[in-house]
Amino acid sequence: MEILIRNGFVYDPINGVNGEKMDIAVKDGKIVEKVDERKARKINASGMVVMPGGVDIHCHIAGSEVNTGRLLRPEDHLKDFERKTSITRSGVGHSIPSTFTTGYRYARMGYTTIMNPSMPPLEAKHTHEELSDTPMVDKASYPLLGDWWFVLEYLRDNEIEECARHVAWIMNSTKGYAIKIVNPGGLEAWGFGSNVHSLDDQVPHFCTTPREIIRGLCKVNKLLNLPHTIHVHTNNLGQPGNYMTALDTMECVRDLACDDKPAIHITHCQFCAFKGDDWRTLESGAENIANYVNCHSHVTLDMGQVIFTDTTTMTADGPFQFGLYELTGNKWVNHDVETETSAGIVPFRYRRKSYVHSIQWSIGLELALLIKDPWKIFMTTDHPNAGPFTSYPRIIAWLMSKKAREATLKRVNPRAKSRSLLPSMDRELSFYEIAVMTRAGQAKALGLKNKGHLGIGADADVAIYNVNPETVDPSRKYKTVRRAFRKAGYTIKGGKLVVKNGEILKHVEGATMWLDVQTSEPLKVSDEMKRKFREYWTVEYENYPVTEHSLEISKPITVGTNV
Amino acid sequence: MINLYPVKEFKFPVIAECISPDVFQGKTREEIEELNVWEGNKQIKLREIFKVEKIKTENLPEKDAITIKGDVSKVRRIGVGMKSGEITIHGNAGMHLGEEMKDGKITVHGNVGGWVGSMMKGGIIEIHGNAGDYLGAPYRGGSEGMHGGKIIVYGNVGNEAGSHMRKGTIKVYGNVGQFVGLRMRDGTIYVQKDSEGRVGACMAGGKIVIGGFLDSVLPTFTIDSVKEKVKIEEGETVAGPLYLFLGDLVENGNGKLYVFKEKNPHLSSYEKLL
Repeated sequence: MEILIRNGFVYDPINGVNGEKMDIAVKDGKIVEKVDERKARKINASGMVVMPGGVDIHCHIAGSEVNTGRLLRPEDHLKDFERKTSITRSGVGHSIPSTFTTGYRYARMGYTTIMNPSMPPLEAKHTHEELSDTPMVDKASYPLLGDWWFVLEYLRDNEIEECARHVAWIMNSTKGYAIKIVNPGGLEAWGFGSNVHSLDDQVPHFCTTPREIIRGLCKVNKLLNLPHTIHVHTNNLGQPGNYMTALDTMECVRDLACDDKPAIHITHCQFCAFKGDDWRTLESGAENIANYVNCHSHVTLDMGQVIFTDTTTMTADGPFQFGLYELTGNKWVNHDVETETSAGIVPFRYRRKSYVHSIQWSIGLELALLIKDPWKIFMTTDHPNAGPFTSYPRIIAWLMSKKAREATLKRVNPRAKSRSLLPSMDRELSFYEIAVMTRAGQAKALGLKNKGHLGIGADADVAIYNVNPETVDPSRKYKTVRRAFRKAGYTIKGGKLVVKNGEILKHVEGATMWLDVQTSEPLKVSDEMKRKFREYWTVEYENYPVTEHSLEISKPITVGTNV
Repeated sequence: MINLYPVKEFKFPVIAECISPDVFQGKTREEIEELNVWEGNKQIKLREIFKVEKIKTENLPEKDAITIKGDVSKVRRIGVGMKSGEITIHGNAGMHLGEEMKDGKITVHGNVGGWVGSMMKGGIIEIHGNAGDYLGAPYRGGSEGMHGGKIIVYGNVGNEAGSHMRKGTIKVYGNVGQFVGLRMRDGTIYVQKDSEGRVGACMAGGKIVIGGFLDSVLPTFTIDSVKEKVKIEEGETVAGPLYLFLGDLVENGNGKLYVFKEKNPHLSSYEKLL
């Protein structure tokens, strides 16, 4: 199928296109130089914004954790449901929508690539089954490796190369995409009822520290040439005063970065930018983090912006979730995934009246506005932890318009308002910067060569929004912008027109991307390793790997390595 | 005034959210007949299952009163979210009657199903027969129960009445099932007759009065005193003597459970602890 998108205002930051009026041609799922004008389907995009399809770097949409959340919260499905149509399937869920609905809702907003950030290797099969059922978007998953026993043992013995071969084996066998580290060391300690509180605390029974885990895996990441950096959820997440831990975490891998390339991605940074001694004296640490990030080029962040709504928190950070349960007294799930990681789920409501929640809301936006380079900070809500992904248009409006921020500031907790930095900030992002934060920057950080841009040869994932940058001033008419980003005028996925005016036209399946990491010599599978699998895992070594036929559409990305 | 007569015996569950004074307000008979309802998995018109009759009254009330004459025990969600007006049902009514209602009055001269007055915020529901389970309780998994209003039942009630209750009053003049006031935070529940037990499990606040037999009080409640009388609502008190228990200590709760002394001689062993 050939498509010609005519006369749109194109924002393609990777190729340096900033709002120029031009045509985009699509053929056989790729962006091409030109198509036959008579044969091609023409889309008149005049007066509209044309961007590459959205990329979400961190969004929990599949896996046993998400599914348990669905089971835990029937009341989440009661008021938000979608009926079956002749094209789409029915579905329910506000903060944890069912798989099909997740895909449709992303496509309606013009998103086409989604990264599912926490997959316990043991639950990889389940995660991929669910991802295969998520239509309309390409997706990938990050296996959780920060507390994986073998990794801890290799790092304790300082065997980086052997560890790298092991990580390569995990990537291939769990069909993963990047190294995810959650509360390094803390989850292992949580298995024994304790936690780690700084980068130099000892992990019980392993004689190693969070610092060694992060540095070790960062070296592994470099040895393996993985496209993304290590994806870190810091220690002490969600504790007052934890901005110091976040700064330590960034600092500890500074010497490992080279060529100005990022070496670490700190995810949902809002949750680790708390200043103050306790909840009452909580303040924003966004300024300190932003100052550090502005001076250093080895870090990328994502926001984890809080939305005032009822949502479900779910992370692999068991001790943090236990703390949340103690705070709210709400129903909860806490789970130990054998020797690999832990998990927890607590329903949570962010309230405008609450001082802490209002400060959290402010921190996310402060981070995004204080960090000068939009290529270093990406827009997420850490769906569903800080809010559902369907709220992205609201964040875009807050970022693009001071008026929108003031409208919300009027309604938040007055004490939080007086402490917020937002009233003093005049920065308003442009469409170009929004395009960086929502697609180009994320694709670049993920090392996705064919996503996030509209150059020749890129995947034909295009989002067209019905807002005219020449006539609409986003800082004044933020509601128009919000509406436009909520319902994409057109979404093109893999060269097919799938959404028009926020309605799904076509149900398409998305591919699951995974890394085929090729090491020069394979991992030495010793009897010792098999014995451990037999003794400590419920799944034996032979049955452990996820085979390729569990993926609906498999899209391996081959990576050559130095080991 | 609008009268509705069921024209047939319902075979499948009907979901009729449109039967509410707010929806009927200002509509002619023909318009009301054209409203959509779900019968099983098919969407049909109201006129296919009800005969609609509009009677002009002399002094027109602000909102139309609705009277349903006949058995509608398979019709669910009548009066959902109603803000004013009156619904009277002469016959049995189905589940979710008056769910999330804000004001107005619903009277049923018959029995009702489960989830009556679920999550209601105001208004009055009066039931002259029996009620099913989950009276005034939230939807499964929810933690926001009744937020106000009043439910009066003259017959018996099933399990988990008033669970997660935050405010308002429930009065039952018959027996109740298990778990009355499960996880309630505030409000008042009065039961004139017997209860099947596990009263006030996990309650954090509020008041439950059991006027009849109660097999046993949960072990996580402590006895506080013996009271002579207890106030149910403005202008209504129940004369005792009544045992007052505090709990539920599992939740560090501060709820009050009153149990009528005369009907429960087996609880006298608690008096030693006073």
